[in-house]
Amino acid sequence: MSSDTSIAAAPAASAAPARTERAVVPHSRQYHAWLAARRREKLQIVAAQIGLVVAFLVVWEVAPRMHWVNPMLTSYPSAIWQAFVQMVRGGELGNHIVVTLVEVVVSFLLAMVLGTAVAILLWMSPRLERVLDPFLVVLNALPKIALVPIFYIWLGAEGSIYAVAVAVALFITILMLYTGFRQSDPNKIKLARTFGATRRQILAKVVLPSNVHTFIATLKANAGLSLVGVIVGEFQASKAGLGYLIVYGSQIFRMDMVMAAIVILGLMSLAIYALIQWAEFRITRPAKRGG
Amino acid sequence: MTTPKIEFRDVGLRYFTPKGETQALADISFTVAQGEFVSIVGQSGCGKSTLLSLLAGLIRPTDGEVLIDGVPVTGPSPQVGFMLQQDSLFEWRTIAENCVLGPEIRGDDRFEARVRAEGLLKRYGLGDFLDSKPSELSGGMRQRAALARTMCLRPDVLLLDEPFSALDFQTRLSIADEIGGIIRNEGKTAILVTHDIPEAIAMADRVIVLSRRPGRIKSIHPIAFPSHGDRRPGSFAARDAVEFPSYFKTVWEELEVHVE
Repeated sequence: MSSDTSIAAAPAASAAPARTERAVVPHSRQYHAWLAARRREKLQIVAAQIGLVVAFLVVWEVAPRMHWVNPMLTSYPSAIWQAFVQMVRGGELGNHIVVTLVEVVVSFLLAMVLGTAVAILLWMSPRLERVLDPFLVVLNALPKIALVPIFYIWLGAEGSIYAVAVAVALFITILMLYTGFRQSDPNKIKLARTFGATRRQILAKVVLPSNVHTFIATLKANAGLSLVGVIVGEFQASKAGLGYLIVYGSQIFRMDMVMAAIVILGLMSLAIYALIQWAEFRITRPAKRGG
Repeated sequence: MTTPKIEFRDVGLRYFTPKGETQALADISFTVAQGEFVSIVGQSGCGKSTLLSLLAGLIRPTDGEVLIDGVPVTGPSPQVGFMLQQDSLFEWRTIAENCVLGPEIRGDDRFEARVRAEGLLKRYGLGDFLDSKPSELSGGMRQRAALARTMCLRPDVLLLDEPFSALDFQTRLSIADEIGGIIRNEGKTAILVTHDIPEAIAMADRVIVLSRRPGRIKSIHPIAFPSHGDRRPGSFAARDAVEFPSYFKTVWEELEVHVE
């Protein structure tokens, strides 16, 4: 996708007019050749990507079957597929997915709401920020996973999952948003002040609208982090969920089950990411009208 | 004697830092009459922008008083319009929405403000761009939109903090001419801060030269162009007037620009 420049460098003579805007010239033979080369390269890259996946799957399937590696340790794609089908038929898989998904969405939203509230509070009161700054830095650096046993003792199995996920995502939310708020254009803030804006008005009219991109970046970071938090929480103690499935599968040595759960996790994070990407497109598109 | 529009009375400003005090401005006293256009020139760091911040009520003087219509300035007032170096148009708002920012913050009637904004934008030649985003406008158009945003609160004092310096030279000359004309036609009192000596002379009735830090008033030069008769020429025409070179020479020498 991003190979435009690298190819453009080769036939420099034909690439140059395409770069200078609005310089419409009749398409030369070299330009068509350049376009064709570009298409070819794109195709080759996609083909290589597909080939890599296929090769990986083939090796993974063949090696255990030929007993080059122990199938007990690696399982193989067809066995994973069978485990997947079996779990879907049994109806349990859907349940595991829903449990994990609900935990992720709830803790993601909690972390976002709480984190945004705290970031706004810090921006509104610079003195409060100065007081809390060292604590926030320490809490952010602290590996939240170390708190899992404590959360488990305090909140029980269910509660600790949410607590870990929120803890993992919360502090980074606060720091990312607050840093974004702090970096709002000082000229725009000065302008608002010349109109007599209060701090609250500056927040509403300048700081928040100019930080939409910060907010989206935070959403992206958080989606991944809440997933990490939920799985770790499920590892500690749970009766359902993909994290439970992974731990349970490994305990009864069903690698096909473990691998199936991991693949589903991968697909889940991909889906969440795509959803945020779509939201970003919807939110920023009108602003970018006319470039 | 009538009250001057703007009066600086023995104004001084000191900045406090843990390392000590810095005297930014000292013994600043001058008045500006209603409808007058005054330019302030000085080298960078001499505190000329600070003068405007004092007038706008963004900071308070440590000594003396700043008065508008004889009343001490205590905070931002809709009576004072500020144009900054950057147009600072909000890229997430349309031009018309940008224009009503002031009234919106002041809590004025939104409909009235919108009507006023559209009228101003049309007068400044931006009638076709009411619903455009700032990114679709050229630098000169953006600066005119910024002027409309300032004017939308109907200020009678205008503070211009190098509002043309971000523009390319050609646009700069024509926008300065245009905006200078608008300000004069509407009878506003204006103070322009700049380090561009020709611009200061071409636009103003008086030029105030500030010394290096701490900024003090070094000299005040009344600017008149008798060769153009009673009517003051626009800033573009003023640059061609026979009086212009001698004003330039005087102010240039006053500024004692050393190449360091």
